[in-house]
Amino acid sequence: MSSSSQVTESWISSFCGLLGHEYFAEVSEDFIEDDFNLTGLQSQVPMYKEALEMILDVEPEDDDDEEEEEEEEDEEDDEILGDERPAAYRRASDRRHLRIASDLSVIESSAELLYGLIHQRYITSRPGIQQMAEKYELQHFGTCPRVHCNSTKVLPVGLNDSPGHDTVKLFCPSCLDVYTPPNSRFQTVDGAFFGTTFPSLFFMTFTDLDIGSGIRNNSSSAAQALLQIQTETAKGTNTTPANVTSINGVAPHNLAPGIGAGNIYEPRIYGFRVSERAKSGPRMKWLRMKPADVTELDETRRYWENPPDDADRPHDDDLNMVDVAEGKSVDSRKKISARRKRTNGSGNGGGSLIDTNGVGAAS
Amino acid sequence: MSDAGQGVAASPRDQVREKVRELVPSLERLSLTYGAMDDFNSETDSDYTSYWRDWFISSRGNEYFCEIDEEYLTDRFNLTGLNTEVQYYQYALDLVTDVFDFDCDDDMREQIEKSARHLYGLVHARYIVTTRGLAKMVCRAPHKLHRGAPADVPSQLEKFKKSDFGKCPRVMCDSQPLLPMGQADIANSSPVKLYCARCEDLYNPKSSRHAIIDGAYFGTSFHNILFQVYPNMLPPKTQRRYEPRVFGFKVHSAAALARWQADEREKLKDRLRGARMESGFEEEEEAEEEEEDEDMEGDGFDGAAVQQ
Repeated sequence: MSSSSQVTESWISSFCGLLGHEYFAEVSEDFIEDDFNLTGLQSQVPMYKEALEMILDVEPEDDDDEEEEEEEEDEEDDEILGDERPAAYRRASDRRHLRIASDLSVIESSAELLYGLIHQRYITSRPGIQQMAEKYELQHFGTCPRVHCNSTKVLPVGLNDSPGHDTVKLFCPSCLDVYTPPNSRFQTVDGAFFGTTFPSLFFMTFTDLDIGSGIRNNSSSAAQALLQIQTETAKGTNTTPANVTSINGVAPHNLAPGIGAGNIYEPRIYGFRVSERAKSGPRMKWLRMKPADVTELDETRRYWENPPDDADRPHDDDLNMVDVAEGKSVDSRKKISARRKRTNGSGNGGGSLIDTNGVGAAS
Repeated sequence: MSDAGQGVAASPRDQVREKVRELVPSLERLSLTYGAMDDFNSETDSDYTSYWRDWFISSRGNEYFCEIDEEYLTDRFNLTGLNTEVQYYQYALDLVTDVFDFDCDDDMREQIEKSARHLYGLVHARYIVTTRGLAKMVCRAPHKLHRGAPADVPSQLEKFKKSDFGKCPRVMCDSQPLLPMGQADIANSSPVKLYCARCEDLYNPKSSRHAIIDGAYFGTSFHNILFQVYPNMLPPKTQRRYEPRVFGFKVHSAAALARWQADEREKLKDRLRGARMESGFEEEEEAEEEEEDEDMEGDGFDGAAVQQ
């Protein structure tokens, strides 16, 4: 039991309240107490047991008997995991009964590491991702610094899942890119504490979120005129069929809404565009490009439409990565494929076109 | 510091103040208007000829501006058309060039002060695309812009301080220094943005005090002209990119889009090759290999292996 009765705040909530720890969710104690969730962490964290006790606010020093027992347990652990533990840690463990101030700070940093690694797992679990969704809605992670993303809400991400590599970054679903947090206080937070999986899993979990809502509803009076022109041109080039509800598992309006025609910077000098043939001309537009018709990204279908030999062609349902709205689905699918033929299948003969449609109709 | 002021660089502060008082009789009243006057006095006591401009540049939030030469400001040709855009044009110009001696009430002074700032901004947009202006802005953009320049990195913090206009927030741009720009040349249409020459995209300034500066004070052309004039300052473009992954597996929708974008990039390269132009991408061979690399191994950035 906790001896410090005056301190009502748990270690976890005080950790999450620290400056620079604003991105962290509070991992529930139930999650930490389930050993299954901690599989493999023992070998990654020095002074694992003490660190875990610190996180859970269990203070074994109060009771001498308990401490001895734990010491014994620890020694057993030592034997079991002996090879995996660094020598430095073993020495620290030998001296642990002389728990002094410096020792405590070691445990403190171990606890932070352990908490971070548990956190990485927690935020991909059902309660954790829910908690992060609430933080996301409250814009705790900030917004994308890119102008054309129009303050899309971002999520924290790590570039590596093992600690000590890189600090936390921010993932923008609108341009599918990662950014450094604007405040330098986040440059002390390890990216592994959030992990590489979290943001992508988040948007796969909450498919109903409208990522691009900020981009469409923009009404900042000043740049409105400019934006209107841009959206008009965008509309002119956006040829995605209206009934496509999903492309590669994502709703078309949620597929990187911050990029594509109208959202690419066009360098100009005195109003004249800089040619891409100029030495200083634009070279990076591809990074922010998106096909006007997103069904172009249905690679499976495109692949099977192009080769003239259709012998190995799988069943039509298997190669369909585009979902269209209910109703005239077969018709529209045929239309899509026929239209796509016209746009990108210039090299194909008429025979193959008939073939494809034949298979499509048969299904 | 303007060149004209270097002659009196050694004068003690009080002497300078005396001279300024002679030149600007209403200094006492001015100092009431300028909140940051004390800061200014203690920092720059060498130059009285660009009194107002020094104050303006050194005041908080105006870090993006450079100092306009006296000669440029006094040449009426450079100010063509601005008299219709700025209220109290003549008074504002007098204030900017430190010859203001009009006795008026505080409200009026406030108005003139505002006009002076506006005028300075509009002239600034014209000045920074001149040879001298470009050179000044280049000096303020940090050394990292020079291709192949030795990376003198005393510490992360030092570098941070050096980048006057900030660094690109995009991770793959490796802290490329930014340049200020506007999305329109007409005043009051949109605030200043920052341009990254590496990813050729626009970013919002981090600080809200910069987000209120008008983009027209920098203009739409400045950064593009800068790289036309100093092509060796163009950073190599990077093909590295972030790949969203879930438990080590690429996310299909993002990966399909990335492949499509890579195709577009190769088309661009073909076009440039056809025109016998350098594409300007770094580590091209390496990156091409990486594209063909279909398994889970990538380079340090996207090879986010799950290790447990």
